Amino acid sequence: MRKPTEDGPIVRGVCVALTIGFVVLFLVMPLLTVFSQALDKGVEAALDALTNPDSLSAIWLTLIVAAIAVPLNLLFGVSAAWAIAKHDFRGKSLLVSLVDLPFSVSPVIAGLIYVLIFGMQGWLGPWLREHDVQIIFALPGLVLATIFVTFPFVARELIPLMTDQGRDEEEAAISLGASGLQTFFRVTLPNIKWGLLYGVLLCNARAMGEFGAVSVVSGHIRGQTNTMPLHVEVLYNDYQFVGAFAVASLLALLAIVTLVLKSLLEWRFADEIAAAHRH
Amino acid sequence: MAAIPSTAFRWREPGVLPGFGLSLGFTVFYLSAIVLIPLAALLIRPWELGWVGFWEAVTAPRVLASLKLSFGGAAIAALVNAVFGLIVAWALVRYRFPFKRLVDALVDLPFALPTAVAGIALSTLYAPNGWLGAPLAAWGLKVAYTPLGVVVALVFIGLPFVVRTLQPVISELGAEAEEAAATLGASRAQTLIRVVFPALAPALLTGTALAFARAVGEYGSVIFIAGNLPMVSEIAPLLIVIKLEQFDYAGAAAIGVVMLAASFLIILALNLVQSLLATRR
Repeated sequence: MRKPTEDGPIVRGVCVALTIGFVVLFLVMPLLTVFSQALDKGVEAALDALTNPDSLSAIWLTLIVAAIAVPLNLLFGVSAAWAIAKHDFRGKSLLVSLVDLPFSVSPVIAGLIYVLIFGMQGWLGPWLREHDVQIIFALPGLVLATIFVTFPFVARELIPLMTDQGRDEEEAAISLGASGLQTFFRVTLPNIKWGLLYGVLLCNARAMGEFGAVSVVSGHIRGQTNTMPLHVEVLYNDYQFVGAFAVASLLALLAIVTLVLKSLLEWRFADEIAAAHRH
Repeated sequence: MAAIPSTAFRWREPGVLPGFGLSLGFTVFYLSAIVLIPLAALLIRPWELGWVGFWEAVTAPRVLASLKLSFGGAAIAALVNAVFGLIVAWALVRYRFPFKRLVDALVDLPFALPTAVAGIALSTLYAPNGWLGAPLAAWGLKVAYTPLGVVVALVFIGLPFVVRTLQPVISELGAEAEEAAATLGASRAQTLIRVVFPALAPALLTGTALAFARAVGEYGSVIFIAGNLPMVSEIAPLLIVIKLEQFDYAGAAAIGVVMLAASFLIILALNLVQSLLATRR
């Protein structure tokens, strides 16, 4: 006989069937579509599409943008978490909610705000043109937009983690004569390294995959300002479906690797990841 | 003379750890430069049109239609996600079934998969000759390039918010309340409806609100499947992009301001409802 706090077999069956059905319909099938469309004309065609100069330059640009944006947000995340978790000051909760703000802003608005400042008719537009500095439709704009949309990832992982860990260990290190940097690198960093990695992982996935924000500031110049997701759009709108899905499958692989690493971190280092406590 | 007692206003509690000024200084500088000042530019820009110009910009029929689609589509998608997210989260925490871990990991796919990839995949899947579009078309249901396609994309994007908000709450629920209800003679259905559901309601509301907020501003996964017909299937973020391409910066900023204000108001309202729910329990 089943326990009175267990659901009956019919309820169970229906729930599990709906769950699997929904996940297959909305998550598995789109993923399969990406790979099947990429390989529609054979592996050769997909590889050709990936190795043509425009695709290679899109891949390269994506790597450069992520290589600038992710470390900057990492530095910000560590610095914000150090200030917020290890010190007491007024306005702390306001600061914490401001850190999360970019998550509630549409990606298109994230791009728009930089156009309003640096664009042709933006506040600094005329000045920038006089001095021959290009931000919008160039690398700096792409980096700024990417930083904005990935802004909270590292900070929101580290702030709860470092708050939970308290200050005792750092205070002991300082009172024993360690310098601030020694304390950070020898005491704090070992405690937060998995949480840090977790935040960087999510930050990087979003940085490489961001579309809306960079689309506004990019100008879609082929071979110059197209990141991989933008290149996918250009190819798709040109009816080059194999090419579009070939580049898309590279991004989908990145997403799958991210999910696997994320699950591994959550499973193996659950105690050392703040996000895992929320699960 | 006695020392001045230190009850005066202090904005920082003293501590022994170093680096406060540097870390807080950098944090505030970076936050201002990247987020606060640019957002202020957005709030200021539309007013160069004046009140009348601003009003005309955001009440133009095409703009209103796109706002209606973005908010309406997001609301429908959030409701769908509330229902299915609750079922998925319940099944993942309470039941054992094959591929459970895989399903659990897959729930995060919409977070990890770039939106443009999701967009072209959904669009191909639901196109009239796609794997799902063809059978649906045989039933006379057109999904791709209609407002329904917009909702499908927004459901995809929003699912993890509901599931990931509910999961920890369901696992911490514990069996005691359910056992007590059963001991007192409640049927399982009564227990679920009167005991379990009220306990989950605040988290369900939070998750649904998060899914809604994300869906309102969503761009990449929607524009491919939407068809982007003005007045019919054109979302507000796309209209911002179109206005920018026409160098109508103030008009674009006006739509942006309305979107921001509306989503903040809705989130604020939901937070109020939530705190009411929390005090009632």
